[in-house]
Order: sequence, then structure tokens, then C-alpha cells
Amino acid sequence: MGTNTEEQFQQKIDQEIKIEPKDWMPQKYRHTLIRQISQHAHSEVVGMLPEGNWISRAPSLKRKVILLAKIQDEAGHGLYLYSAAETLGISRDEMYHQLHAGKAKYSSIFNYPTLTWADIGAIGWLVDGAAIMNQVPLCRTSFGPYARAMVRVCKEESFHQRQGFESLLVLSKGTEEQKRMCQDAINRWWWPCLMMFGPPDDESPNTLQSMQWKIKRFSNDELRQKFVDMIAEQVKVLGMTLPDPDLKWNEESKQYDFGEIDWAEFKQVIQGNGPCNKERIDTRRKAWNEGAWVREAAISYAAKQTKQAQEPLKFAI
Amino acid sequence: MKIGIRKFFYGDYGEEKNSAAESTASREKINEWPLWEVFIRSKQGLDHKHAGSLHAADAAMAMENARDVYTRRNEGVSIWIVESKYIHASNPDDADALFDPANDKIYRHPSFYDLPDEVKHM
Repeated sequence: MGTNTEEQFQQKIDQEIKIEPKDWMPQKYRHTLIRQISQHAHSEVVGMLPEGNWISRAPSLKRKVILLAKIQDEAGHGLYLYSAAETLGISRDEMYHQLHAGKAKYSSIFNYPTLTWADIGAIGWLVDGAAIMNQVPLCRTSFGPYARAMVRVCKEESFHQRQGFESLLVLSKGTEEQKRMCQDAINRWWWPCLMMFGPPDDESPNTLQSMQWKIKRFSNDELRQKFVDMIAEQVKVLGMTLPDPDLKWNEESKQYDFGEIDWAEFKQVIQGNGPCNKERIDTRRKAWNEGAWVREAAISYAAKQTKQAQEPLKFAI
Repeated sequence: MKIGIRKFFYGDYGEEKNSAAESTASREKINEWPLWEVFIRSKQGLDHKHAGSLHAADAAMAMENARDVYTRRNEGVSIWIVESKYIHASNPDDADALFDPANDKIYRHPSFYDLPDEVKHM
């Protein structure tokens, strides 16, 4: 596999021909994708945990079924993505193992706690809003199974964002206490959401190669800016504010200027020192370990059924 | 012309060149439920189309999971599932041998034939 093969590979990418699992690909392309897709899958799965906290505390039956449906979607998104990663030659169990061993990363945002009901609205509007910003361009990513998984995810994700905004809209028109709760949730989620887009372009080691391979199509900073411009307008409809004194429309650049992100905090959370890192991983490990007997029983049952089907019937004539 | 038919798991790329990610510990795989491919008929009259894959211990569980994962929003009226190891796939290395011969047979297409304008309905 010399340079020639790699050149042919890059030509395919340049011509927007999708790469499929059995096609030749550089090892680094494969490994980059395994890392990115599995991290993405882990994020969907761990992302269920902060929301799960509120299923039994939802303020009405309507909100409860909405939340359940949303969380079920997240599980599905995790599954689509794990399946896409598996086509690259890594097993599902190995990915779980990496997550449970603390070796795999997932989105830093899910290491923050959900303190009030308004957090569930804020997650839908802001966290899923930021996720959609990242995910829409991924529908055109160069690896076929990843792109197809993302199309499916994006179709389902817009319900998540809309229900979140609508839920906050109700609070924003409610009692003084509900309004305070709404603003408080926005204040706490805003900056961590901006961090979801990853480090700034000049410090993002993976961006350049990923752009050349068309795994990514926009840089972290480009997507972050688009998100700020979108949310800065939407927050007005809620009659709320974003917690950034430097947020200001820039007439010249036709976009919003915004304040400095606390990258020290981001690094701390990524390195495992966020408010809920330990709790999230512990919860995942517990679910995995306590589910072991179910996995084993299902395998035994399936083996038994297969065996019985092969044996001649005892009373056959 | 000899075309090799090889058995592939969906997305598997064979044993040679750059094969399975070395990090995949085989011990991890022992208890893993088998992989299944899911095909969905979106409405009566249309073909079943590949929707994705999932792990399940047996066919009944695969069917239930496929229902839950791939048809939550009226995406289907019928589901096929097949264990991935039973899918046989053509090899990308054979693509030229398999598909190039169709390129120079333009007489197989109706546009190859010039007919006078007076001829209608053809």
C-alpha cells in the first residue's frame, strides 16, 4: 500500500465519493473515525443520564412521556453510531470497555448536573442545539456508515431542540420563581455549551487532517460562531438573557462578538475533574455489571432454542 | 473470469491489509450477542431496504429491537432481519471485473437507437 493508494483514496474523497467499510483506507483515517464515532456514541449514551434524573420528577404526564421519548431516541442514536464504528473493525464490547475503563472520552457537557426541571429544557434547546450544529454537516461526512447514521440522528434531533425551547417558553411566561429558574438554567448551561464545539481552531490538533479527509466540513470556531448567532436571537423570544456581558452584535462582521471561554474549566472537565464525571462512569459501570446475567441468560436461552430445533422430536413417528 | 465470493460480516473488510483494529481484544467478543442486519419496508408496494444493524441474542429479540430502534416514527410496515454472518458481499477489489463490462454496452440502453420523430409512443 504505497503512496499511490493513498493518493487514489484522497482523489475519491475530493470527488465526494463516499468511503465504504470494505474499501481501502489509511490506518489513520480508520483510527480517527473509530475515535470520533465511538466518542460520539458514548456521548449519546452518557447523555441519557442527566436527563434520566428527571423522568420520575417531570412536572406533568405530558412532559414525562416527551422526556421518555427523547431519552429513548438518545439510546437509538448511540446504537446507530456504535454500529457505524463497528464497521471499522472494533467490537461493541471493546468500545463499552474503553468507556467503562475511563479510556474513552465523551462530550464534556454531560459532566454537569441537572439541578432543576428547567435544566431539561435548557439541555434540549442549548445542548441539543449545539449538537445539531455539529451533526448537520456530519450528514455529508466522507465515511458512508457514519453519514447514514447522522442522517437518521438529525431527523430525530430537531424534536429534541423544539421541545426544550417550548418547555422553557412555558417557564418564561410563568410565575416569578419559574422565570428565575429558567434564567438560572440558561446561565449555567451557556458556557459549557460553547465548550461543546471543542478547543479553538489554533489549538485543535485533529481539525486540519479531518477537514482534508472531509470527516469534518467546518472548524470548531466556525460552528461555535453559528451557534452563538442563532441562540443570541432565540433567547430574545424567551425574554431571557445570556450570561455574557461581552455579547454584542458586530455590524461590521455581521455576527455576534462574545466573551472569552474559560478553557481551563474545559480541560479540567475533559480530564475527568468535572462535577459529575465520576458519577456518570460509575452509573454506566453499574448498569453494565448488573446487566451481565441478563446478557448471559439470553445467550444461553438462544443456544438452547437452537439445540432443541436441531434435535428430532421425541414423539415423532 | 473468476470472482471470489467471500463471507463478510457487514462492514468487515477481510483479514488481509489493515485488518481488524488490533486493539479489539478477542476475549471481549466471546459473550457479545450476534450482529443482525435490519431491512425495513417503508410502505406497502416498496422493497425492503437496509436500515442498519443491531446486536441481539436471537431472532425474536432482534425483531423486537429492530421495531424499537428503527420504526419509532412510522418508518415501516414490515421488517426483515438476518444475522450478519449470512450476508455474502462482493469484494471491492473485484469491482472493476464485475461492473466495468457494463460500461461499453451502450446498445443496452434505449437512447442508443435513433428513431424518426414521427414514431410516437416508443
